[in-house]
Amino acid sequence: MKVLLSGNEAIAHGAHAAGVTIATGYPGTPSTEILETLSRYEEVDASWAPNEKVALEVGIGASLGGARALVTMKHVGLNVAADPLFTLAYTGVNGGIVIISADDPGMHSSQNEQDNRYYAKAAKVPMFEPSDSEEAAFLVDEAFKISENFDIPVIVRTTTRVNHSKSLVDVDIERVVKETGYEKNAKKYVMIPANAKERRRLLESKLDALAEFSEGFSGNRVEWGSRHIGFITSGISYQYVKELYPDASVLKLTMTYPLPRRLISEFIGQVDEAIVVEELDPYLEDQIKAWGLQVTGKQYIPNIGELSPDIIALGLGSKDEEVEPSGEDELPARPPVLCAGCPHRGVFYVLRRLKLIVTGDIGCYTLGVLPPLESMDTCICMGASIGNAMGIQKATGRKDVVAVIGDSTFIHSGITPLIDIVYNQGVSTVIILDNRTTAMTGQQDHPGTGTTLKGAESRELNLEKLVRAIGVESVRVADPYNLKAVKQVIKEEIEKEEPSVIIFRRACLLVEKSNAAPFAVNEKCNGCKVCLKLGCPAISWEDNKAVIEPSQCTGCEVCVQLCKKDAIVKYQ
Amino acid sequence: MASDVKNILIVGVGGQGIILAADVLAQVLVSTEYDVKMAEVHGMSQRGGSVNTMIRFGTKVYSPVIEKGKADYIIAFEQLEALRWSGYLKPGGTLIMNSEKIKPLPVLLGNAEYPADIVERLKQKNIDLIEVEADKLAEEAGSKKAANIVLLGCLAGFLPIGKEVWHSYIERRVPPKTIEINKKAFDIGYGLLVKAAD
Repeated sequence: MKVLLSGNEAIAHGAHAAGVTIATGYPGTPSTEILETLSRYEEVDASWAPNEKVALEVGIGASLGGARALVTMKHVGLNVAADPLFTLAYTGVNGGIVIISADDPGMHSSQNEQDNRYYAKAAKVPMFEPSDSEEAAFLVDEAFKISENFDIPVIVRTTTRVNHSKSLVDVDIERVVKETGYEKNAKKYVMIPANAKERRRLLESKLDALAEFSEGFSGNRVEWGSRHIGFITSGISYQYVKELYPDASVLKLTMTYPLPRRLISEFIGQVDEAIVVEELDPYLEDQIKAWGLQVTGKQYIPNIGELSPDIIALGLGSKDEEVEPSGEDELPARPPVLCAGCPHRGVFYVLRRLKLIVTGDIGCYTLGVLPPLESMDTCICMGASIGNAMGIQKATGRKDVVAVIGDSTFIHSGITPLIDIVYNQGVSTVIILDNRTTAMTGQQDHPGTGTTLKGAESRELNLEKLVRAIGVESVRVADPYNLKAVKQVIKEEIEKEEPSVIIFRRACLLVEKSNAAPFAVNEKCNGCKVCLKLGCPAISWEDNKAVIEPSQCTGCEVCVQLCKKDAIVKYQ
Repeated sequence: MASDVKNILIVGVGGQGIILAADVLAQVLVSTEYDVKMAEVHGMSQRGGSVNTMIRFGTKVYSPVIEKGKADYIIAFEQLEALRWSGYLKPGGTLIMNSEKIKPLPVLLGNAEYPADIVERLKQKNIDLIEVEADKLAEEAGSKKAANIVLLGCLAGFLPIGKEVWHSYIERRVPPKTIEINKKAFDIGYGLLVKAAD
C-alpha cells in the first residue's frame, strides 16, 4: 500500500522497518518529526536527549549493546555531535548506527546553511542523500545493513525540501529485528593511541571497500536521454533536473561518499557536456574536478540558498529573467512574530528600556531582535549567549551585560558556560526564559518539563537547584507577565558584583492555553502608542488609536501595565 | 510527452488551518491514484508569518516545488498573501481568495499601509479571480474555524472528484465534534462554484 508521507515520516518508517530499537536526538527544524513519529511505535525506545552529542553517545552505546540505533539532528546539531562522530568512524559499530543530518539550505529556520556533506568526507563515513520520501525510507533501511556490513556509522543527509515534502511511500515493509548482544572488545572500542592507530589504517581499507560498493550501488544510476547534456546531481536537485529537462541524461548520485569515481568518469565520457547541479557548495564538482574530469556547475548554479526549478532554469539560461510587473515585491512583509500573550514579550520590552547589552540564543525568543522589541545584540549558536556575555563583560568591563536563553537551550549547552562564569569570576546576569517547552520546533518536552518523548512521567530537572549547585548564589524566579517585577529583578541583579541567574517562568501558550478574558481599548486612548512598542499581533493602530482584536488577545495584561490612561479594559 | 501535472498553491498566514486543508486535498488526490507531491514550510515562519503549501499531482511528479507562473490554482486564505503569491499563477489560472485581511506586523505598528487596491490589482491580471467570504460562510456552517474547509470546497468544484470522497477524508482528518460543521462548510464552498457557473 502506498501512503503519502513526509520525508521525516518516511525516515521513521524506514528505521522502524530496519528494526531500530533505540532512537534519540535533539529537536531541530527540519528534523524534529522523525523522532516524534518513531515515538508512536511501542517497540521503539525513542527519546529526546539534552543535546546532539549526548544523543550520538547514547546511540553508540546502544550499538555496542547490539541494537540498531537511529540518531537525528539538524545540520548544526552535527557540529555538536562531531566529537564522538570522528572517533566512532574508527571504532565502528556492533548494531548499525544511522545518523540523520537534516540540512536547511535557504535557512528557513536556522542560523547558517552549512553543507554537511563535508562531514562525511572529513569524518570518513559513508553518506546517502535521498531525493524523496520513498527513497528516504529505502535508504534508511539500507543504511543500517551497510553500517553493519562495513562496521561503520552511516550519515543520511537530507535537506528541508526532502524532510518536509510529502510523497508516496510503499509502507508494506516488514520490521525485522536482529539483536546481537554486547561483546567486550577493548582493541576496537578503547581509542588509546595504540588501538586508534590500528583502527585508523583499517578505516582507510573500509573506505576503499565502500568506494567499490558505491560503484555498483543501485541508488547511483544513469538515466539515459539525449547525450548532448548530462546532469550529475543528488538529493532534491535530482527532482528539479528531471522536472526541467526530462529528455537529458542524468547521473543520479544517492551514495555521495565515497563517490563512484568510475561511474562518474564513464558518464562524463559519454555526454557532450557534463553539468553538476547541486545545492549549496560545489561538493561534487570539486571532487570530480580534482580527478581531472571536465565538468561545470557553480558557474551556472548559485552556491547560496535553496535551489528551485526556477533558479536552476535561470542559471542554465533555459528561462529568461522574470519581470515582476505588479510590484508584488514592495508589499508589506509578513515576518514571523512572537505569539499574542507570549511570555517572552514583556522581558524583551524591559531589556530594551534598560538599554543593556543582551546576548541572545536560539529559540522563539530570537524574534526579540525584530522591531519593535529590537533588544538582542547577538545570536550565534545553541548556548552561545552565556559565553558571549562573559566575553563582552571581560573585554569592556561593563556589568550591564545579560545573556538571554530558553529553558531547553540552557539544558542543551548553557550549563558549561555558566560554570565558566562562576569559575572564572564573571559577574554577568543570565536570564533563563523558562516557558516549559522546546517551543520553536513545535513544543517538545525536555528534562525540565519532567515528561519524556514517550509521554512517561520522569524526574523534572530543577533549574534553581542546578544553577545553585554550579555556584551561582544569586538566583531569582519571577513572572514575566509582571513588568514591574521583571524590571526590578533585572536592575538589582545587574548591579551585583557576582554571577546571577534570573528565571522568568511561565508556560508557552501553545502548551497551556490561556483561559483569561481578552482586553479591549476604550475611549480614553490618547494614541500615545506605548502599547504598540510590545509588537503584539493582537494590537493594531487604526485611526490614530490602538485597537485590540479580542479573538487574538490572550488576556496576559502586559499592555495593561504600560497604558498610562487606563484605556485597556476587560472586553465586554 | 507533455506533462499532465496540475499545480495547486495554498497560501496564507501561520495558524489559519492551511496544513489541515492541504492534507485533506492531498489525501483525496492520493485516493484517485494520482502521483502526488506536497511541499510545506515548518518552523519559524509558522509564528504568524507568510506560509505556503504546494501540491502537485499527475501521472508522474518530480519536483514538489511549483515554478513561478505555473500554478493552475491558488487558494489564498488572506488578501495580501493572495497578491504576494499571485505571480505563481499561470496565465488564465484560478485564484480563490478569502476576503479576510490579516495585518502583518509592520501594518499593525503603523509603519506600513495594508494595500487598499488588492482586488483591483488582481482584476487587472490575466487570471480568474473568485472572491469568497469564507469566514462569514464558515460561521453560517457553525464555526468561523471552518473557513479553510469552505475554501477547499470551492476548489473541489474544479476537480473531477465526487463530493462523497471529499466528505470521507474530511471525516478522517477533522476533530470528531466538528465533522458535521466541516462537511456543511465544504458543501457551502462547493456550491459557490455551481452558482457562479449558472
